[in-house]
Amino acid sequence: MMPIAWVIPCLLLLSAAGIVTARSAFGRVLVYGGCLLICTALGIGGFTALTAANQHLQLPVGLPWIGSNLRLDALAGFFLILIGLGGGGASLFALGYARHEEHPQRVLPFYPAFLAGMILVVLADDAFTFLFAWELMSLSSWALVMAHHREEANARAGYVYLIMATFSGLTLLLAFGLLAGDLGNYGFDSIRNNPPTADVAGVVMLVALVGAGSKAGLVPLHVWLPLAHPAAPSHVSALMSGVMTKVAVYGFIRIVFDLVGPTQWWAGTVVLAVGGITAVIGVLQALMERDLKRLLAYSTVENIGIVFIGLGLSLAFRANNLGAGAALALTAALFHALNHTTFKSLLFFGAGAVLHATGQRNMETLGGLIHRMKVTPFVFLIGCIAISGLPPLNGFASEWLTFQAVLLRPEFPQWGLKLIIPVDGALLALAAALASCCFVRAYGICFLGRPRSDAAAQARETDPWSLAAMILFATLCLLTGIIPGAVIDTLAPVARDLTGARMPVQLGDAWQTIVPIAASRSSYNGLLVFAFIVISILITVVTIHRLSAHGVRRAPPWDCGFPDPTPLSQYSAASFEQPIRRVFGTVLFRSKEIVDMPAPGDNRPAGIVRTIRDPVWDGIYRPLAATIGWIAGKSDLLAYLTIRSYLSFVFAALVVLLIALTIWQ
Amino acid sequence: MTFMSPHGLAFDIAHMLAGLLVLVSFMMLYQLRLLALLHVLGLHAFVLALSVAWQAHIQDAPHLYITAGMALAFKAILIPWALRRMVFQMGLHREIETVGGIGITMLAGIALVALSLQVMLPVTANADPVAREDIALALSVVLIGLLIMVTRQNAISQVVGFMSLENGINLAATGARGMPLVVEITVAFSILIAFIVVGVFLFRIRERFDTIDISELDRVRGGQM
Repeated sequence: MMPIAWVIPCLLLLSAAGIVTARSAFGRVLVYGGCLLICTALGIGGFTALTAANQHLQLPVGLPWIGSNLRLDALAGFFLILIGLGGGGASLFALGYARHEEHPQRVLPFYPAFLAGMILVVLADDAFTFLFAWELMSLSSWALVMAHHREEANARAGYVYLIMATFSGLTLLLAFGLLAGDLGNYGFDSIRNNPPTADVAGVVMLVALVGAGSKAGLVPLHVWLPLAHPAAPSHVSALMSGVMTKVAVYGFIRIVFDLVGPTQWWAGTVVLAVGGITAVIGVLQALMERDLKRLLAYSTVENIGIVFIGLGLSLAFRANNLGAGAALALTAALFHALNHTTFKSLLFFGAGAVLHATGQRNMETLGGLIHRMKVTPFVFLIGCIAISGLPPLNGFASEWLTFQAVLLRPEFPQWGLKLIIPVDGALLALAAALASCCFVRAYGICFLGRPRSDAAAQARETDPWSLAAMILFATLCLLTGIIPGAVIDTLAPVARDLTGARMPVQLGDAWQTIVPIAASRSSYNGLLVFAFIVISILITVVTIHRLSAHGVRRAPPWDCGFPDPTPLSQYSAASFEQPIRRVFGTVLFRSKEIVDMPAPGDNRPAGIVRTIRDPVWDGIYRPLAATIGWIAGKSDLLAYLTIRSYLSFVFAALVVLLIALTIWQ
Repeated sequence: MTFMSPHGLAFDIAHMLAGLLVLVSFMMLYQLRLLALLHVLGLHAFVLALSVAWQAHIQDAPHLYITAGMALAFKAILIPWALRRMVFQMGLHREIETVGGIGITMLAGIALVALSLQVMLPVTANADPVAREDIALALSVVLIGLLIMVTRQNAISQVVGFMSLENGINLAATGARGMPLVVEITVAFSILIAFIVVGVFLFRIRERFDTIDISELDRVRGGQM
């Protein structure tokens, strides 16, 4: 029996209720309040499942004679916590934020269904249920992306998302088809009992990487993500970025770590390579983005890359029977996934609050919000510090663990791993540094300085529900940052199930020091760092206040000798990114700056035109779309042939089949 | 089931009649005149009727005589006569415009017979020898019927190709032992209905476009010539 499975019918009922009551305030409170309660229950249920025995449930719905099988084990339990956390926070935020929604009837019915789809993916124990839930998740989130479908960019985002979601579903179908083997076993239990051969396991790993990776946002399959995530309402963006990408990570872990069983060493190499490239490309694109929500979406791509680096390391260690290393890398990946859920949700909420306050997503029109909003800038700053991977917040803890796994570097017998792991370490360090740069830029341009538009100048603080959600997540960022040992110990059953080993027990230490392998090698103490930072700041503040003159004096700032008539002369987002763009962008993104000088006599102002090409679109998707268009154009001629030509086609097909039959006999 | 000896007289005659049907199919391929083609269609159905009757005799299956009778009455007499009447009533061109030369078509036909023998004989290695030969030859008839439909411009000659194709199916159906009569009646009537429908369509097309050359039809659909 599995009491937690009741949340799915409850959510579907809420979905139905959402259709009926969509236009009233009661509907909003009912749906989001209900989702909040359900997500809380889900988090608690997931937490108890970490240590409890596996629960099974067979439902009579689904394929005839097979039904659908659900299973709750430690891995599923951890991801239920993650969904409960992200979903609960988003629901809390939405209680206030969704008040401004113009078309609630386009959001309310799909929101609980989206949550139900993600929960069902995590609980599924056979391929049919898994794929059904996967598609439910994709379709309901597509409907949410299309909530504001009148905007042209959103229609395109929805279209690209739909194509990529279909592609991802099809590749996963292929993976399960390979796993089912000759016997056609679609139950996960029977797949575990009949593990595939080494070659099939390798192919399944690659297909699962493509299928789950396109949902998670691995480069070059990430193109839909920066389009679709910002298009949805902000609480849904948080859910898609913070939770749905994690469900995709879950799909990869479930297939590759659990169902496929032992993989060969090159599987780790592939995942490491893809993860490293994803992390760097994601953060570089985030750095050059001016749309705040899209910047956050690109940063999701980067963080997914970091998670996959951890997973790749774990695969590499596991292939060489290094249990402790595999457990460390897997724990680091899952820890980072959890952290990303907290700080990315927080940042999307913050972006939503800014969007509501100013109506602007373009950073070049923001600025000065720290004086106009009281709480949002503070919690957004905590999110920025966390995502930049600075101590004492949680982003540092998980990235540090990933680095520890990179630095472990035992003597791998395979040259591929010897080469790729240092490279990945360098890429990870680069991505972390660029991420700090990216969020210094995002925070500085949006919240500091003077407002760059009237909308920003008239911004007001957002509602208390949204603030409550943001404060909750900011607190979580801090807590998991200073007591990471609690999360590591919580993850121990998951690591034990999947790698056969676990990290050392962390919570025994009185000072909350975390030790990845052994205290002699490396350790980190978030609590001490936090205490040090707090105490040193206090001492500094007190000292300054004691020594300085009392009272606040207001004076004009130093303006570099220029009288400053307009806020537009401030340092802008484009100014901030320019050095990085010149270093990395000229080759990778073919970025160009052209001085647009008016002809003599023309009195329009001169300007700098910045162009950036996305290498993924240019290299893969545009040629692909052109090829498909070409084939479609050519086959369009088939619609205008003579009856006799159609008969000839049938005839030729028949003859070819008969010849094939003769040859194959 | 007792298999018939592949060397007895019964086998030889069944084999000969089926072979004759293929031969008549080939005759259709080189007819350049519509009326002659209709006569050959009648002959085709007549040979089919003989073959089915012989199967009825050697299989001791009296219901197959009904099929033979239907083949004779409808396909050998009624339909060619009706089509012939149509040709006269509508004052059609009596010449057949073919696609590709007669010689090439005949060669293609020979290749199709070889292909169908090559496909069918290994597949049916364990079957009753009579049924085996019948099915292989029936497939040839079907393929040649399709070939006629593909290489003729004129709608009536396409109908003729279709009818000969259906004769091939009938040959296969009766060659296999224990095929229930229901199937044959259905097949026969469906072909009759197809004939009626096609006939009606021909008149309608003729009324509207003054021709039954289907390439004219393609022009109306906006196709390329």
